[in-house]
Amino acid sequence: MNVHEYQAAEILARYGVPVNPGRVAESPEEASAVAAEYGGTVVVKAQVHTGGRGKAGGIKLAHSPEEAREAAAAILGMDISGHTVNKVLVAKGVTIAQEFYLGVVLDRPNRQVLVMASAEGGVDIEEVARERPDKIVQRRADPVLGFHPYLARELGFALGLPATQVNGFAAIAQQLYEAYMGEDATLVEVNPLILTEDGEWRAIDSKMSFDDNALFRHGETEQMRDFAEENLTELDARNSGISFVKLDGDIGCIVNGAGLAMATMDAVKQHGGEPANFLDVGGGASASQVAKAFSLVTADPNVKAILINIFGGITRGDVVADGIREALAEVEVSAPIVVRLSGTNADEGKDILAKAGLTAVDTMDEAAASVVAAAHGRAD
Amino acid sequence: MSILVDSNTRLLVQGITGREGSFHTTQMVEYGTNVVAGVTPGKKGEQVAGVPVFDTVQEAVAETGANASIIYVPAKFAPDAIYEAVDSGVALVVCITEGVPINDMVPVYAYVNANGARLIGPNCPGLITPGQAKVGIMPGFIHEPGSVGLVSRSGTLTYEVVDMLTKAGLGQSTAVGIGGDPVIGTSFVDVLRLFEADPETESIVMIGEIGGSDEEDAAVFIREHVTKPVVSFIAGQTAPPGKRMGHAGAIISGGSGSAADKIEALEAAGVRVAQSPSQVPALLKEAIAAA
Repeated sequence: MNVHEYQAAEILARYGVPVNPGRVAESPEEASAVAAEYGGTVVVKAQVHTGGRGKAGGIKLAHSPEEAREAAAAILGMDISGHTVNKVLVAKGVTIAQEFYLGVVLDRPNRQVLVMASAEGGVDIEEVARERPDKIVQRRADPVLGFHPYLARELGFALGLPATQVNGFAAIAQQLYEAYMGEDATLVEVNPLILTEDGEWRAIDSKMSFDDNALFRHGETEQMRDFAEENLTELDARNSGISFVKLDGDIGCIVNGAGLAMATMDAVKQHGGEPANFLDVGGGASASQVAKAFSLVTADPNVKAILINIFGGITRGDVVADGIREALAEVEVSAPIVVRLSGTNADEGKDILAKAGLTAVDTMDEAAASVVAAAHGRAD
Repeated sequence: MSILVDSNTRLLVQGITGREGSFHTTQMVEYGTNVVAGVTPGKKGEQVAGVPVFDTVQEAVAETGANASIIYVPAKFAPDAIYEAVDSGVALVVCITEGVPINDMVPVYAYVNANGARLIGPNCPGLITPGQAKVGIMPGFIHEPGSVGLVSRSGTLTYEVVDMLTKAGLGQSTAVGIGGDPVIGTSFVDVLRLFEADPETESIVMIGEIGGSDEEDAAVFIREHVTKPVVSFIAGQTAPPGKRMGHAGAIISGGSGSAADKIEALEAAGVRVAQSPSQVPALLKEAIAAA
């Protein structure tokens, strides 16, 4: 789960991070009022769950409440990489002396939490990592004992900070780590973290993502979810225990198991088709799950044909077939359906499907070829 | 031989009285796995599929000599169950549970390793040595004893490949599902090392997917240390970046973790990479013939 910049800043402020003052606004008038309250220069920033806001014109300087109003009017409603801007953050202007990057992520290969920093702040850190990896310094937290203060200081010295600034930097690095652990984040990033001309640290742009599997213990984070930024079909699916990802093609896929679902999409592509979605019905594949899957897939007007690929393991083929039959009685599906059933009780399942007027094929490749042909209006 | 589990495995089931635990205990017993004990706090004295239930792992191990554990408890309680198994001296812990928070798994991983135990999973189907021990939720009947070692991050996709191997006359020494989470106890490299050392495993199939760099690490290990023929399939060639594909760990992020990168790394290490799961048996036969 992702949150907006202003929400990440709110969370980090609770951990003591010196975030730059700012307030969210949903109209040009509100933006103007915040600018009037702060006085002087403000920055009006689009709040969307995507990068590249600056390049898209979603971040503007304003030197007066009137300019803030104009900036907000221009930014609100803007489309940035498919995300509509509904809110702007109006932040106090600052004079930047030096910019840094500071982030906390999971180091997957080492199964440890990694704190990383760079003196090349304010730019795309992934680009820095690719092209100038020596410009990034990093330290791993102890999995049990956490991120020792000395590790945070080492990062500060490695960045070449003057001795007088190292402790301030180290404190922020530790606060970010504490926020990462405390909120079950998968990413905490401040970019840029700046030193002002007065020698003060300010977090200018904050970003956080969270572990979906840990949301059960973070009701407050769940409250921050912006439904305008979410694919509602994907959310609806998740609430039914189904993993669903919308894609751009025209072949709907219903599969049991995430790995098999990915392999099924790949097979569709190899046979000349484009998958309309990733869908893992989950363990049970009961009639109600299958019915839900049908309604998710058929809600997409692009879908021209549907491929159901089930490998019966503990979930028996006859039970899944019953589920498909019952689901088709509940949900009207006009697109042609190709079923592939294999594994436990596949033959019994095929008999059930035959009575419902569906033919099941044996292999994934056959099924992919048939469904692509059906979507293109051809016989097999 | 085989790896990790065989007829000497004395299995303990944590969460044995739950819906999943009791169902799969019955399945494992029917397969012939030597399930010696179960644990559910407060349910001592009960039996599931003829298996005695204890209150604590400590007690179950003392009474039955269990040397491996399989965990079916809900995600909130799974880390505690792993700690309990490790602290009771269980050498092999298999965690089936899906949805364990990443931050809980980071210290678990360190603790398991520091105590010399091995964790498989979480979010995995478990492992099976055909004809000897099924320690997991896979359908036993699709497997046949043989010499192909199989390792995978997936569940049903693994069954798909196993089924095709069996139908092509290629039995398996052991099939290990290592799990689809970002932090798992046993990696591809760990299992490849075991297969390379196992005299009964003559060839290896590795089923990977998008996300992380475990396949790339495996490619380096294969190039340097694996003498047996290896065939691979990587799922998710059509997966878009930035989207989690079902498994918590299956996400292309920051320009890394794509199927194309993994396939390139594996091919550079001399691994034959199948374009679809159905090509695996033929490629494996080709690789065995060429070895």
